[in-house]
Amino acid sequence: MAMAGVLERLGYQVDFPEEQTCCGQPAFNSGYRSEARIVARHFLKTFESCERIVVPSGSCTAMVTHHFAELFHKEPETLARVHDLEHRIWEFSTFLTEVAGVEDVGARLDDVVTFHDGCHALRELGIRSAPRRLLAKVRGLELREMAPAEECCGFGGTFAVKFAELSGAMARTKLEAIARTGANTVVSLDPSCLMQIQGALSRAGSSIRTLHLAEVLASR
Amino acid sequence: MSRDNILYRVRTALGRSAGQAVDDAPPVRIRIPLVDREARIAGMIARVEALAGLACCAADPRAVVARAIAGKTAVASNAPYLSECGITSLPGVRSGITGLEELRSLCASCDVGITSADYALADTGTLVMLASPREARLVSLLPPAHIAVVPRERILTGLDELFSILPRPAEQTSSMVLITGPSRTADIEQILVRGVHGPGQISVVIV
Amino acid sequence: MSIEFDAKIHATLEDANLQLAIYTATGRLKEKRIEAVSSEALPDYQELRTQANAIKKHAIENLDHYLEEFERNVEARGGKVAYCKDATEVSDFVLSIAKERGSRLIVKSKSMTTEEVDLNERLEHHGLESVETDLGEYILQLAHEKPYHIVAPALHKTRYDVAGIFTNSLHVPTETVPEKQTAIARAVLRQKFLDADIGISGANFLVADSGAVVLVENEGNARLTTTAPKIHIAVAGIEKVIPRAQDLVTFLKLLARSATGQLLSVYTSFLAGPRRPGEVDGPDEFYVVLLDNGRTKLLPDRTKRQSLYCIRCGACLNTCPVYRKIGGHSFPWVYSGPIGAIITPQFMGVSHEPGLPFASSLCGACGEVCPVKIDIPRVLLELRSDVKKSEAREKQNRLERLAFRVYAWLMTHPRLYEMAGRIGASMAPDSEGGWIRNVPAPMNLPPVRAWLSQRDLPPSPNKSFREMWRQR
Repeated sequence: MAMAGVLERLGYQVDFPEEQTCCGQPAFNSGYRSEARIVARHFLKTFESCERIVVPSGSCTAMVTHHFAELFHKEPETLARVHDLEHRIWEFSTFLTEVAGVEDVGARLDDVVTFHDGCHALRELGIRSAPRRLLAKVRGLELREMAPAEECCGFGGTFAVKFAELSGAMARTKLEAIARTGANTVVSLDPSCLMQIQGALSRAGSSIRTLHLAEVLASR
Repeated sequence: MSRDNILYRVRTALGRSAGQAVDDAPPVRIRIPLVDREARIAGMIARVEALAGLACCAADPRAVVARAIAGKTAVASNAPYLSECGITSLPGVRSGITGLEELRSLCASCDVGITSADYALADTGTLVMLASPREARLVSLLPPAHIAVVPRERILTGLDELFSILPRPAEQTSSMVLITGPSRTADIEQILVRGVHGPGQISVVIV
Repeated sequence: MSIEFDAKIHATLEDANLQLAIYTATGRLKEKRIEAVSSEALPDYQELRTQANAIKKHAIENLDHYLEEFERNVEARGGKVAYCKDATEVSDFVLSIAKERGSRLIVKSKSMTTEEVDLNERLEHHGLESVETDLGEYILQLAHEKPYHIVAPALHKTRYDVAGIFTNSLHVPTETVPEKQTAIARAVLRQKFLDADIGISGANFLVADSGAVVLVENEGNARLTTTAPKIHIAVAGIEKVIPRAQDLVTFLKLLARSATGQLLSVYTSFLAGPRRPGEVDGPDEFYVVLLDNGRTKLLPDRTKRQSLYCIRCGACLNTCPVYRKIGGHSFPWVYSGPIGAIITPQFMGVSHEPGLPFASSLCGACGEVCPVKIDIPRVLLELRSDVKKSEAREKQNRLERLAFRVYAWLMTHPRLYEMAGRIGASMAPDSEGGWIRNVPAPMNLPPVRAWLSQRDLPPSPNKSFREMWRQR
């Protein structure tokens, strides 16, 4: 909702195709490529007629732009549709900075935050500066970087439940890095990272909260 | 024999036939920076010192080496440059060894090994030593300290220049060793210890 | 995953001292690498990676050609090449030489390939003494343990562990200072170098146009291993071949920086055959063992064969958030970390440890730091698919497959998907907006329990997104 609000305020007409469900990443990452293909086909059908698609998630965007081609490499016609779609789909912060060409969306949030770079956004999509430039323009917001930065929160999809103890250990290491910044809020582009981090924060009894970048940018 | 079996498996896996030609390998990537002599010398000294070695420029290498080995036993390689510099005639220095047993026994018992070097690499503080009748391997390896006396003309900018001058080291020698600093390990608790098996002390005298 | 894998991971996660040792050691190496390949320190780092990848790709795709060229050049310089298909052939080869020459004592420098074929055990079984000379490997040999990390084999041992090992095996008084411990090892090993009949090394690179073996090290033990004894045997996987000596310019600039952050390792040895006439020292005999041991199994698949590009720098281990928690001994084979995770299933078959390709959050840090640009995450994803295909064939894990079939079906029926969401939300406990720690029985399925074992679940929203959207 926050993302839609921000986009509308920038003058875009926002549509939510109700047929949408999932990009197929859970199946793909779990090794179930046929099942992933089924879901990906549905995604293609749902979205290929859209002018531009904006996604509040790095991992979902990367699934489409980096892995759909692998799924359909044996189907030339579908592959052509995939390549066409790849040019029209953006992760939210990238859309704002590169397509809308804005950094200041008129947001205000009085808080000390730290930004968590989700791995798919960072390494598959190469997103590093876009969210930071957007956060820099939020009035009242102080951004503190984690050290070390760029370390995985431990979600990893089904990894989080298949290797729960390990995933939890990785989350707790992330929590230590967050604590060292003194921030009250953790911001990220990916709902899955946010769920992992907030889940761990809550379990630890911490009052630190998490917000999606869109929620920060929608704050006034 | 396994040779034919393995090569067969390799070819089958790659879809190649015996004796099939290969496309050209990616062109060799060599980029030699332009660095003048003085800067190379300065670079070499800085790099060696950054590795806890000693390095200096000397007009009189004999005196420098004499001070360094005072009161110690030393074995020198047969590099002509060392006798040109008068180092082999210093008291306490044994040189001119051509017998393996004698070489081993001396290198194992001497305090210092003195060599020249075929080249040096300024950007990493590296000595390049080619094994030859003039330079035995053990002299820079067994004694706990190593002194290398190198004429300045032999200091190259780095690996690129080395392999440009010497594209086929195997044609010259059975052993080319690049020595970059004193022997070290961090195998125990990541704590740095110098002089594990090779020399713990390295000195480069640039002439 | 297997019970052993799960148990080893758990044991490592529970050991607070070990956690600290692994995390600190890898952290240091990770930071040093970052400094050494920064744009100030190495401006053409990315170009070098691209070049290194291209060279390896070419070498692997034409491997037979380069192996034969290598062999010709080794023999032209008076050396001999022995192709060995497995562990037994390697030890048979070494034993045959030892027997012919009446050798008793062997010194060894660090070689993961020889660990792979259990060479020491086999030689010792036949009455030879084979001594590891790399300090970390020597400590582990005395402790009868396998290496913990490709580059830092004893990173899991404290100085007190080392003191105990030395006292028990060498019968020396207890010494806990690392410098002094190193001196003890140095003294013992020095004599071994000088007395040894055979020196066995690995090889970082095999140079086809030179018939040369390249060894990279910091201690000097590889130099001594390959100089003092009369016989030098280098054991290397066939994938170590590079076309030209000049290619070393690219690889040497990447290797040490990626491994430890050093510009170059202390000693880089380029060894081409036995000593030449006139050379005073060096081995009289020079052998190179070219080992298959399953590498030819990794060649056919065009995507997965890049696993053979590895130059064993260890950068992927140091950067992997999973390795940094579970350490080297959790892995089922001698190769650990991300590279271990991709080559082990290819060598051993995916059923050897079906959980291994899944023991990753797919964060991609490994692929980012690999000097030869192996796309490790991509290979992991392929292996995951291979595991599931194998399970389908073997009719294993049917419940999981069914669950994903249901997922796929649900995701193609948006109205049912929405309904499923509503049902789930209504079943969730009412937590007044707080995150959830416990769920009622029908919801307490294994994945939910697993999640809740480590963190809380989000509260169910009052309204679903679709409901909110429709009400705008």
